[in-house]
Amino acid sequence: MSQKTYVEALREGMVLEMRKDPKVFLAGEDVGPFGGCFGQTQGMFAEFGPERVVDTPISETAILALGVGAASVGTRPIVELMFIDFLGVAMDELFNQAAKMRYMFGGKVLLPMVVRLPCGAGFSAAAQHSQCMEAWLAHIPGIKVVMPYTPADAKGMMIAAIRDNNPVVYIEHKALYGLVGEVPDGDYVAPIGKANVAREGNDLTLISWGAMVGKCLEAADALVKDKISAEVVDLRTISPLDKETILQSVKKCGRAVIVQEAVRTGGFAGEIAAVLAEEGFDYLNGPILRVTAPDTPVPFSPPLEAAYIPTVDKILAAVKSLY
Amino acid sequence: MKIEKEILIKMYSDMVRIRAFEHKARDLFAAQKIPGFVHLYVGEEAIATGVISNLKPEDYIHSHHRGHGHLLVKGGDPNVMMAELFGKTDGYCKGKGGSMHIAAVDLGMLGANGIVGAGLTLAAGVGFALKYLKTDKVCICFFGDGSSNRGTFHEGLNMASTFKLPVVYVCENNQYGISNRQTTAMNITDISDRAGAYGIPGITVDGNDPVAVYEAAYEAIARARRGEGPSLIECKTWRHRGHFEGDPSTYKNPQEQAAWLDKDPIPQFAKKLLDLKYVDQKTLDSIKAKADQDIEAGVAFAEKSPYPEISELTTDVLA
Repeated sequence: MSQKTYVEALREGMVLEMRKDPKVFLAGEDVGPFGGCFGQTQGMFAEFGPERVVDTPISETAILALGVGAASVGTRPIVELMFIDFLGVAMDELFNQAAKMRYMFGGKVLLPMVVRLPCGAGFSAAAQHSQCMEAWLAHIPGIKVVMPYTPADAKGMMIAAIRDNNPVVYIEHKALYGLVGEVPDGDYVAPIGKANVAREGNDLTLISWGAMVGKCLEAADALVKDKISAEVVDLRTISPLDKETILQSVKKCGRAVIVQEAVRTGGFAGEIAAVLAEEGFDYLNGPILRVTAPDTPVPFSPPLEAAYIPTVDKILAAVKSLY
Repeated sequence: MKIEKEILIKMYSDMVRIRAFEHKARDLFAAQKIPGFVHLYVGEEAIATGVISNLKPEDYIHSHHRGHGHLLVKGGDPNVMMAELFGKTDGYCKGKGGSMHIAAVDLGMLGANGIVGAGLTLAAGVGFALKYLKTDKVCICFFGDGSSNRGTFHEGLNMASTFKLPVVYVCENNQYGISNRQTTAMNITDISDRAGAYGIPGITVDGNDPVAVYEAAYEAIARARRGEGPSLIECKTWRHRGHFEGDPSTYKNPQEQAAWLDKDPIPQFAKKLLDLKYVDQKTLDSIKAKADQDIEAGVAFAEKSPYPEISELTTDVLA
């Protein structure tokens, strides 16, 4: 184990796999000598050179397609869009090509590729550089979607994503890059499709993913003085969803609050609520609540943005409304 | 350049085979044996044939919604192809793709595609991997005049030329995007002019002459194998049928249609082979008979093949 930041851990995941498997390469805008807009790829160009750490033109469509095309003939690409918000430019390559090719071809092609997408608000980056769009991606059969929260998972799920034989969308919240945590050394895989109980409790389940897991853990700490024992479930994977872990937790606790940074309507919290209503109705002692951003674009002005992002206080208020 | 007699005869046979397959598909669609959307390659056979006859089995092609001809020349088995068009389990995609998504990755055919212009960037990705893996393989990207207006054209050709990727872009200019004439969609006559924007060679050839297409592709493929990057070949042609089966083609001028039917690539090529004394009429007749017989066998195979089990609905989503 070593103390590492989230960004160091996710980079370590890429670097270890690239050292091990010559078929793995990285391509994206400014991932080369510049080292990525948030330093995610620092040092990788120096180690692996321009053939394996590839600066691309500003062509998100072609970047995604580079991944799909290259994966279809035997390499294992990692492609990065600088911000998840740019996905609209390349959506066809993800949802009509990467996600459907295996099915359309009757299972006769493998597409082992990772699509890295930095997401999230908190930097006054405004409406086109701050979004959380996991719900769009959850609606696409044929891809996996992960959203690690801890530095250990950032590394372990990166390695799992690279080794997976499917297109895996790896969403990294920008606010987590500096988060420090214990990270296992050497080869370490965190499984895709398995949620993590980040904190055990008995009275209430807080379900979240990505950066909001941190807010849920803070809220759980604060609830101790109110004698509410909150369990925190970190989904880690959006798709395929680990229903079993959330249902087990809600069975034990009887109450559920789902916390997402994304806007409310059509969000992934709604899907979790549907699962709980359909398969866990008898476990529930109260309504399933959601804490989310409002249905607005992400604002620029700092006080507006602070009001947009779900806070610990909003989580606490939702919890207390259940008692 | 001199193309060997055997290659020319094989090319002719491939063209006849495509025509036989497409005419049969036309009839089967009309008889409601083939469901969905069917886009036929009748009239454009010289292009797939002229280009793919230059390839090695391990080379790749990216196709589009009018893709039967490309797969046939790349080695597609008419039995397995016809089964796919029927939606049967013995098809190339187990009946899950159909005409519009037919693919045979083992043969290097990376798929027809239902999204116009999608192959332009995907082929660059394939080319990237072929170069990355230090092979001398190439990827051909077939696309239409209409898709040359998509952003993928720009992004794909720009990336392929910048990275010197082994891709050959083959524009099958049949002059229509469904009902819209090329002149209504772009302000240039020759799509090959666009090559200049990417610093790559661009050439326009008669897409109804398989030898002209072969020669242009030969140069472009050799350049790609040498690591010098992509080329753009525009092949001017005409589709004899509508955009899809069921399209009455009322937007076509009947005189123009008749003039292009007179330039049908298959009788033109037959005449050339006869003039060269490479074949006699008897040989041509037997090529036609063999093609018809193979396609009939394909239909019988497809008819006999079962539909997929309903359990197949949820397989192949993820590996």
